[in-house]
Amino acid sequence: MVGLVLVSHSSKIAEGLKDLTAEIAPDHKGIISAGGMEDGSIGTDAIRISEAIRQADDGDGVVVLADLGSGVMSSETAIELLEDENIKVKLADAPIVEGTIAAAVSAMVGSDLEAVQKAAEDCRGVKKIP
Amino acid sequence: MSTKIYDCLKTISEKIIENKDFLTDLDREIGDADHGVNMARGFQAVIEKVPEDEADIGAALKKTGMVLLSTVGGASGPLYGTAFMDAGKVLAGKTELTGADFGASLAAAIEGIKKRGHAEKGEKTMLDALIPAYDALSEKLSGGTDFSEALDTACQAANEGIEYTKTIAATKGRASYLGDRSIGHQDPGATSLTIILETIRDFLK
Repeated sequence: MVGLVLVSHSSKIAEGLKDLTAEIAPDHKGIISAGGMEDGSIGTDAIRISEAIRQADDGDGVVVLADLGSGVMSSETAIELLEDENIKVKLADAPIVEGTIAAAVSAMVGSDLEAVQKAAEDCRGVKKIP
Repeated sequence: MSTKIYDCLKTISEKIIENKDFLTDLDREIGDADHGVNMARGFQAVIEKVPEDEADIGAALKKTGMVLLSTVGGASGPLYGTAFMDAGKVLAGKTELTGADFGASLAAAIEGIKKRGHAEKGEKTMLDALIPAYDALSEKLSGGTDFSEALDTACQAANEGIEYTKTIAATKGRASYLGDRSIGHQDPGATSLTIILETIRDFLK
């Protein structure tokens, strides 16, 4: 099953999103949050993100969803740090909350890595108010 | 006894910590007021985590980059982290530094920052200090100037780069939200980059 890593500057956002996702994908063990810094302060940490990616991967690959600014940069750095390891990783260009939910649903039904990434990215243009 | 590269990193760390409030104030004007705090936290961790007896300059810089990635927190973490790691790759195994080595490490740092930040020169970033510094250094070295004097010229160019960042609008990072209102303010990243370069220059004297 494709794993998901949730990256936010805030550990509470990443953890809360993980809890929310567990409501719709309770059996998915590969959804890992990597929010904030090791000491709990606001920020992003490429090393923690790379460890979360390792943990989320069961061989089918991992989609990373990030919030703003350095969330993206630290995720790209984390992916590069894993270059020599045999893990397929994609960074989704998607809003983190909607994208994570869509990606989790897609992963749960057994989609492959590219399809899970696309499910997240398809959320970019979704209107909330018709 | 600590090695020369460790002592140099320690001096950089002290300088960054000394300028913590200055950098944060610059960032308050056009960003999110955390550059000095973040950089000081990162470089404090560098002197704690890089081994004092590491003589391999490349290994010390690579470790510095890794520490910055996990301790800075803001965008400067992946940017400076990548810059130091990529510079370290070029200097792997070296225990002495020539002008040409230093130039090659700056070139690698520039490429690393461009890749990580998806940025080019002229976007009001650290590249606006680093690229002119590298160009000035290369020009002086290839004309036969010695390393120390070339480094002086590079630092001048970096300072001119800071002045240049006052004249342009930011198109990258938090400051880009301000658009033209960022004109008139110097870039905090270009400033911290220049502080680091000047500290290296003074250390090598």
